[in-house]
Amino acid sequence: MASNTLYSPRDPALKKRDDFEDILEERRSSSDLRYALRCYVPVVYKGIAPCKPGVLKTAVLQSDRLRHVVAEMSKETGESADVIREEASGILEEMAHRLRLGTVRFFAYSLSKAFKALFQRVRVNEDGIQRLQQSIQEHPVVLLPSHRSYMDFLIMSYILYTYDLSLPVIAAGMDFLGMKIVGEMLRMSGAFFIRRSFGGDKLYWAVFSEYVKTMLRNGYAPIEFFLEGTRSRTCKSLTPKLGLLNIVMEPFFKGEVFDVSLVPISISYERVLEEALYARELLGVPKPKESTSGLLKARKILSEDYGSIHVYFGHPVSLRSLAQGRINRSQYNLLPRHIPRRPSQETQAFVNETAYRLVRLQEENMVLRPWVLVAALLLQNPDGVDMERLVEQTSWLRGLAVSFGAFLDWPDYVSASKAVASSLALHTGLVRTEGGRAQLAMEPKEPGSPEEDLFDRAASVLSCASYRNQILHVFLRPALLGMAMQMAEASRKDDIYSCFSFLRDVFSNEFILCPGGTVQDFDEACYMLTKCAAVHVQKQEVVATEKGQRILSFLTSLFQPFLKGYQVVCRFLCEDAPEGFPESEYVAAVRSFAVKRILSGELTCYEALSSDVQKNALAALLRMKVVRKLKVGDQVTLRVNKVAANTLENKLGGRVSTQKALLARL
Amino acid sequence: MKFVCYSHVCVVWVLWFPPKLQSHACVPLMYAEAMVLTAIRGELVVIPVEWSWLTLSRVLFSRQEVMKWNGWGYSDSRFLFNKKGQAEFTGRRYRLSGMVLPSLKDWFESTFGASLQHKSPATATLNASAVPFPSLNEAFLQDLKSTGIPFSHEAEDRVFRAHGHCLHEIFALREGKFGRVPDLVVWPNCHEDVVKTVDLACRHNVCLIPYGGGTSVSSALECPPDETRCIVSLDTSQMSRILWIDEKNLTAHVEAGIVGQDLERLLNESGYCTGHEPDSMEFSSLGGWVATRASGMKKNVYGNIEDLVVHIKMVCPRGVVEKSCQGPRVSIGPDIHHFIMGSEGTLGVVTEVTIKIRPMPEYQKYGSVVFPNFEQGVACLREVAKQRCAPASIRLMDNAQFQFGHALKPQVSSIFTSFLDGLKKFYITKFKGFDPHHLCVATLLFEGDRERVLQHEKQVYDIAAKFGGLAAGEDNGQRGYMLTFVIAYLRDLGMDYYVIGESFETSVPWDRVLDLCRNVKERIVRECRERGVQFPPLATCRVTQTYDAGACVYFYFAFNYRGLADPVNIYGRVEHAAREEILANGGSLSHHHGVGKLRKHWMPESISDVGIGMLKSVKEYVDPDNIFGSRNLL
Repeated sequence: MASNTLYSPRDPALKKRDDFEDILEERRSSSDLRYALRCYVPVVYKGIAPCKPGVLKTAVLQSDRLRHVVAEMSKETGESADVIREEASGILEEMAHRLRLGTVRFFAYSLSKAFKALFQRVRVNEDGIQRLQQSIQEHPVVLLPSHRSYMDFLIMSYILYTYDLSLPVIAAGMDFLGMKIVGEMLRMSGAFFIRRSFGGDKLYWAVFSEYVKTMLRNGYAPIEFFLEGTRSRTCKSLTPKLGLLNIVMEPFFKGEVFDVSLVPISISYERVLEEALYARELLGVPKPKESTSGLLKARKILSEDYGSIHVYFGHPVSLRSLAQGRINRSQYNLLPRHIPRRPSQETQAFVNETAYRLVRLQEENMVLRPWVLVAALLLQNPDGVDMERLVEQTSWLRGLAVSFGAFLDWPDYVSASKAVASSLALHTGLVRTEGGRAQLAMEPKEPGSPEEDLFDRAASVLSCASYRNQILHVFLRPALLGMAMQMAEASRKDDIYSCFSFLRDVFSNEFILCPGGTVQDFDEACYMLTKCAAVHVQKQEVVATEKGQRILSFLTSLFQPFLKGYQVVCRFLCEDAPEGFPESEYVAAVRSFAVKRILSGELTCYEALSSDVQKNALAALLRMKVVRKLKVGDQVTLRVNKVAANTLENKLGGRVSTQKALLARL
Repeated sequence: MKFVCYSHVCVVWVLWFPPKLQSHACVPLMYAEAMVLTAIRGELVVIPVEWSWLTLSRVLFSRQEVMKWNGWGYSDSRFLFNKKGQAEFTGRRYRLSGMVLPSLKDWFESTFGASLQHKSPATATLNASAVPFPSLNEAFLQDLKSTGIPFSHEAEDRVFRAHGHCLHEIFALREGKFGRVPDLVVWPNCHEDVVKTVDLACRHNVCLIPYGGGTSVSSALECPPDETRCIVSLDTSQMSRILWIDEKNLTAHVEAGIVGQDLERLLNESGYCTGHEPDSMEFSSLGGWVATRASGMKKNVYGNIEDLVVHIKMVCPRGVVEKSCQGPRVSIGPDIHHFIMGSEGTLGVVTEVTIKIRPMPEYQKYGSVVFPNFEQGVACLREVAKQRCAPASIRLMDNAQFQFGHALKPQVSSIFTSFLDGLKKFYITKFKGFDPHHLCVATLLFEGDRERVLQHEKQVYDIAAKFGGLAAGEDNGQRGYMLTFVIAYLRDLGMDYYVIGESFETSVPWDRVLDLCRNVKERIVRECRERGVQFPPLATCRVTQTYDAGACVYFYFAFNYRGLADPVNIYGRVEHAAREEILANGGSLSHHHGVGKLRKHWMPESISDVGIGMLKSVKEYVDPDNIFGSRNLL
């Protein structure tokens, strides 16, 4: 139970962060060509010479691990070992990077041009660069940037090149290879390509993991991949994927390297290039296949202003210190190390926890612009708000966010009215300001059918929401507590805790909430809300204060769209879902259900249309066993426990107290 | 005089010496013993034939007369920095004795950040009044007197047998601090004496701790501080006779108190050797080897102690345990020898051992190979082990240890030699392109008949060449082995200047050797930094033994402790961390040093709880009253 734990979180507002330098400043004043051709001598791990891609491939193909797997497969399938080896070689050929300095220089040149056109500033914390430089020399380094845009890995390599650091090898999705020339160019600038899914393919897994591990063990180059697995379309961190993290940790567990430095990197965009694209995608317009011509078309974005980019290199996290006392490395003593085996339960839990921790570190160092606050407020006032009031509210919200530890890029000398005004100016496409009122731009440019209008409105809500989402991690825990207090209807701490725990469970696919951290999160939430005097935490009770009403109501309405979205999904499953309908139709079906309800006026929450919310809700329901997957032939169908779905919806709507509901579930 | 009343042997000695030497009791002894000590490999003076019956074991009756009470080895042999600031090794016992080592000072100062200005001298003399008063079991003493077995409860005798050579033990002695020490020392003269002593100990509930050569580095000799019974140190040094030699079967039956160098020398006189040469063989005893599962440098030819032993006689509280025959191999249940070997004095006292002997080798040849880096060196050793063609000894030093060995080069006698050295260095680093900061050296020792040695040598050098190895001469090889004998003396020198250190070892499968070496060294460096050690530590290793399935790795670890309030504690923590790292990397708890009390913390995880239970049940049966109460191992 949460009560009486001695846990006292440190004050998030006191977190020290580094200053930024703009790397474009120098680019604007000196020759890009000279920059691209300058002498590039990066520091390397333990002074080893970088290894030629060819040598690397041979090392992988001749590794004990691969030889073992090939022999095993040959025994299993009866295929000759040579054929399988050939196949492995083919996989490797398809996967491997071919880092070439010439290509890097080409990118250095063209990206300089592009960045200068697109962005006002690219700001980097140089202290972080220094720390990284230190780490690269000491231990193999894994770079873990957040993933919001295609730009991410270009930016990363660009920065590392600028600061004379070893260029990383980057795990990229195979879909990039669809872009003919660009794919190969990315390969030559250090990308290696992995298939999105290869669940059962033992050989592929072996080649892939051995390839990554060989690079890591020898420390040829930092390895870079995205913990979130894919770009987040919502600007909210995605729950981490563990595959690659498992792979890069294994050499440490098996003693092949002394330590591995994990470097969380937060890349925050003032405006994401793919902004409009994402909203459409979430509403069901499928993502365009990556193609070179698509990229060329994207050239028109070059004429727009995308503000600044902030890249924050976090403190390198030593895997060794994380694993201290958690992982007993001698468990690997009794099996030859090249024989693959499933990680033990404790290892899996550790990897999972580490992944969450790293994503949280990414979140913490995400730079937030004042616009994010404005967007959050505008979304809570769909009918618009007076400028004066908006300025006042933004200023209030700033204070709250900072005291919760938000990394706000809002210097003291900029007044609230100025900050709001410049925010609105950068996002004219999303906001309408008329007669001293600001409002989300909801009116369609050219009226169409009611449904088309609805999608237009939804698109601008979702775009706006993608900015609001950037700050959710700051408020998540206190907001869950706020919602739990509302839900519990009483002030008993135990009741509130169980509501908190329930909500946390429901939303753990939606937000970064590490499994098993409930007590800690609860304490953190209590601490933060107590600090801003919103609640009073006693031994047995948690009571909202007079002053806290404003904060609590802001917090609960901040997360209202998610609560609503999940409710809609439950409602759909209860009312509209046919028995055993295929999983592939799920998103479309929920969407049309939600559209119907919005059109009929039963529902006002446009965010319920977001496929992201819908998918997360489904994952949560599957996890909570309200919905089950059944495999019928090739098709995966969903089977709904309607009673449970109904109960869950009621619970989320605060119609049944959680205590009783929990009993009902039992 | 003490000796006269204890043993007739001593009486003879004193009478035998010229009268003018008799005035100082210690002088004749020093003299006698200096003559006795042969060099193991021709490093020392010739002994008059009529003296050969005199063994170090006998002299060790009163060890403090010849050996340091608060450091390693002989009192007359020590390193010091002379007035010119040059390092020098005193005495006449070793090849290095009396030589000046011009580069040691620079190495010492640059490696540790130490300075000759900052001294941390040891307490000069043993202050007997600081030694806890013995708590004697009068009834036991009474009965002991009636047996006529010599004993003593003088402070010096007791302090000497209260410790091994762990860093914390020596550090405390240098500061003149004494913990719990034995209350009494007894010197049984033969197996029957031991039987009587153990019998009396059981009857009077006295705690016994067997003492052989005193070279333990596992805290095995430390008296448990909370032991309330009278603790008796059972010194086996007087049981040092070779009882018989069986030339038909090539075995010798030897009393277990004999120390290594005496055993070799006496056997050599009959044209034989055991070939068992642990680094401590100057002082360690046969019984100690058996009790700790010792390993010898030349095990590739002669085997480790478990391969050498044919028969063991051990006196336990339950009685005497031994096998009834000397069959070379038997299938009669679990081998009881394996309860005895490694029992570390917890079950009883080994009194007599039948050990295999071999004709002395006709020819010995040292050698050395330089490798461009440690990885290549290890790969070469692995290949040598795979082809099962390892020479009597093959050791691979890492770069730091190579530099260390270099610093111990004595002053060159001629310009020509120094020119030659320069030329060699040039050839290796410039012509062959070896990086002096990465290259490492393997030292080799071949033994056998001349022809085969030369053949063998070629085979090994051919393998080495495949791994980029270059033959680097006999001299380097020989110096490498010498290092093992003087390293312990060097620690005492370090301790005079704020540098503390020690060695520890492990055994590990081949595929993990490199990873283990790297990780352990790095762990040491990191731990030192985190614990506030002001100067970077020396962390170096060498692969000292090769086996079919793995290797033995030996680490040296030392650091400058200036500015630390509790250096020994920090040292202990770092060593503890290093051991954890070893275990995490697939290394064993110990290859040959044993467990003692220092490492018993890890026993359950090393041999499983059931394994612990097995050992415990043996202990409970053999010694139900915990007479052998050193509390090692379990």
